[in-house]
Amino acid sequence: MGGGLYTTDKKNFDKNLDLTKIKPYGDTMNDGKIQISFTLPVDESDKAISGALELAKKMGIEEPSVAHHQVLDKGYTYFILYGSLKHSIDFTKIKLESVEVETMTMEEINGFIKSKIGHKLTVIGATTGTDAHTLGIDAIINRKGFAGHYCLEGYEMIETYNLGSQVSNEVFVKKAIELKADILLVSQTVTQKDIHVKNLTNLVDLLEAEGIRDKVILICGGARISNELAKELGYDAGFGPNTFPENVASFFVKEIQNRKSS
Amino acid sequence: MNKLNLDFSIVKSARKIAKNIAIETQKFIDKHTTTSIERTVCRLLGIDGIDDFGVPLPNIVVEHLQSSGLINNGIALYLGNTILRTNKSPQNIAEGIYKEELDIAEFPLSNISEIKDVLSTIIQKNLDMIKNNKQHREDLINKYGEKTGPLIYLIVATGNIFEDIVQAKAAARQGADVIAVIRSTGQSLLDYVPYGATTEGFGGTFATQENFRLMRSALDQVSEEEGRYIRLTNYCSGLCMPEIAAMGAFERLDMMLNDALYGILFRDINMQRTMIDQYFSRMINAYAGVIINTGEDNYLTTDDAYDSAHTVLASQFINEQFAKLAGLREKQIGLGHAFEMDPDLENGFIYELAQAQMARDIFPNAPLKYMPPTKYMTGNIFKGHIQDGLFNIITILTNQRIHLLGMLTEAIHTPFMSDRALSIENAQYIFKNMKDLGDEIVFKEGGKMQRRADEVLNKAIDLLNKIDKEGLFKTIENGIFAQIKRPISGGKGLDGVILKSKDYFNPFLEIMSRELQIGGQE
Repeated sequence: MGGGLYTTDKKNFDKNLDLTKIKPYGDTMNDGKIQISFTLPVDESDKAISGALELAKKMGIEEPSVAHHQVLDKGYTYFILYGSLKHSIDFTKIKLESVEVETMTMEEINGFIKSKIGHKLTVIGATTGTDAHTLGIDAIINRKGFAGHYCLEGYEMIETYNLGSQVSNEVFVKKAIELKADILLVSQTVTQKDIHVKNLTNLVDLLEAEGIRDKVILICGGARISNELAKELGYDAGFGPNTFPENVASFFVKEIQNRKSS
Repeated sequence: MNKLNLDFSIVKSARKIAKNIAIETQKFIDKHTTTSIERTVCRLLGIDGIDDFGVPLPNIVVEHLQSSGLINNGIALYLGNTILRTNKSPQNIAEGIYKEELDIAEFPLSNISEIKDVLSTIIQKNLDMIKNNKQHREDLINKYGEKTGPLIYLIVATGNIFEDIVQAKAAARQGADVIAVIRSTGQSLLDYVPYGATTEGFGGTFATQENFRLMRSALDQVSEEEGRYIRLTNYCSGLCMPEIAAMGAFERLDMMLNDALYGILFRDINMQRTMIDQYFSRMINAYAGVIINTGEDNYLTTDDAYDSAHTVLASQFINEQFAKLAGLREKQIGLGHAFEMDPDLENGFIYELAQAQMARDIFPNAPLKYMPPTKYMTGNIFKGHIQDGLFNIITILTNQRIHLLGMLTEAIHTPFMSDRALSIENAQYIFKNMKDLGDEIVFKEGGKMQRRADEVLNKAIDLLNKIDKEGLFKTIENGIFAQIKRPISGGKGLDGVILKSKDYFNPFLEIMSRELQIGGQE
């Protein structure tokens, strides 16, 4: 097998950055270097190593090399591989999938609500379904703030209700009606076998059945949520990791204004 | 050895105040029973199984007596009386009730001594089963030899007990000493215990007696292969706290997460209900030789590890006293805490080390349960692996006992088999390389660590004084722990709280109290 750690050959490729054909970067432009790790359900052997290399080639990795392999248990072997990816992508054709809203500061958002909306906004949030993690929803709503960002609870013009975790969709919708919520925030942190997708869809169905889907801004967030997925499921927006309260608030205040003016 | 130069006169006073807090709460506890305690009595008398709709027979029996308005006398009184009248076993009586052929409230009550007498054989048989399990565990540990140093605690959570077994066996072979089967997330709020082997759960696997049995038997097999006793853990919390304790006692579980405060704060379970339940569940755990794990670590998932360290310590003092009141020995009290310092905090490691050493010095005989970083795990697995490494270092330096292994992929997914292997490798590398480092180092006189421990201890005793003045329930209402407020009459399960009548009878409470010498010597 070629391609050890210190291979110096194979550098006869174009080393100029071309945004229409970008590749992973190791230490030289367009070298395509990547690291991957995975487990194969077979005993450790030379055959298993060949299998790992073949799999890497199928992934489009040229000159793959197994840097490390070890037994995890009888019948299971773990591999760490390096290699050069042959694929490239046209970066200029990428459509941004995250929510595209200019983020305002807390003061700006409060000012926006006062001048453009004219009344306090009610936000209710919960981790719905069987998920017990409140980390995500707490980070957006709870008073203490998160990494130096004030949470929605601290906003003068926003009234917040954090219902906590394991809230059923039925209870969540009931509360939304009772509190006349303007914005619904749903968090899904740790999920198993894509149950979060079912759960999120079920909430949309319930809101539609109650006839209030159009009356609220419906937002979901969580480690495995993207704006694209959220929209596909019938949400107004979805926020993934590294979202701060002002990102979410900037989106919903502008969305409310957009709806008012349309 | 007093590395932190702690003022042990303060520790002593803190214990005294905590004891007072526990005793005051215990007065309330002693006046009450709950539906789950009565169901536990049914289970301890051998009632098991479900009806055609999946309702457990213990629930049916207790609801039956509740509908007659007599549950405040204790289910045992009527079960014993019915045995005298019908000569049926408790299980047959339960079946009679669900078939609506039998009304245990209608027989005139016999003399209490006759009732006690007729129950005594059944009680003795079932308590012997628990005692034998305890003895069997001790024999196995003696046979394989007890592991010194930290016990590596790993979680499985597939939702399917049979898949859990595959994962648990692999984890044990890789080096795990304790396997915890995470419960399906809704279970703590169920007011009954599901039945039989289960293959579907959400974020975990249902705690059922059959699942306990299956996993214990699988782990016994790996223990034999590995020549190490692999402990099994589950969750003695939620609305069925004492029932789970009884099931665990029958199936030789070795550890139980068993903390009322956790349920109150994080599952919104009514505080009266769960404090009463906790007492009986801890007594069963004490009797079965189970090590309990308390849940102080959870406070730090919503509160700051630096600012709120004293709430953890104050809670540990209180939890220790409640545990002792229920007959647990110090070696059975796995007080909880966690490595949750903000990684951006300058000298955060030093403060964490001081706090961990403080817990060790204040509770020298407790098998401390130390939880890994979760709050500041980001998805950067490489940094996460180092965060877990720092956590592992503190464990070995300060001799923590129950070490819940951190995963580099925390905050991403439930662990892959490889995540577990890498995390075990990380821990074993550090534990081996730094084995005696803790014995070799002393902390600087009047340095940052000593000052930190002193500060936390002083704040903890102030908080204990405040709790003592207001009472524990009031303190929880005011949101002292984890910044979560819970009203005394709020939350789930209040309807299961029952004021005992003057004739209340629970033979297990009496026998276990006596055998555990509760209220006797320290």
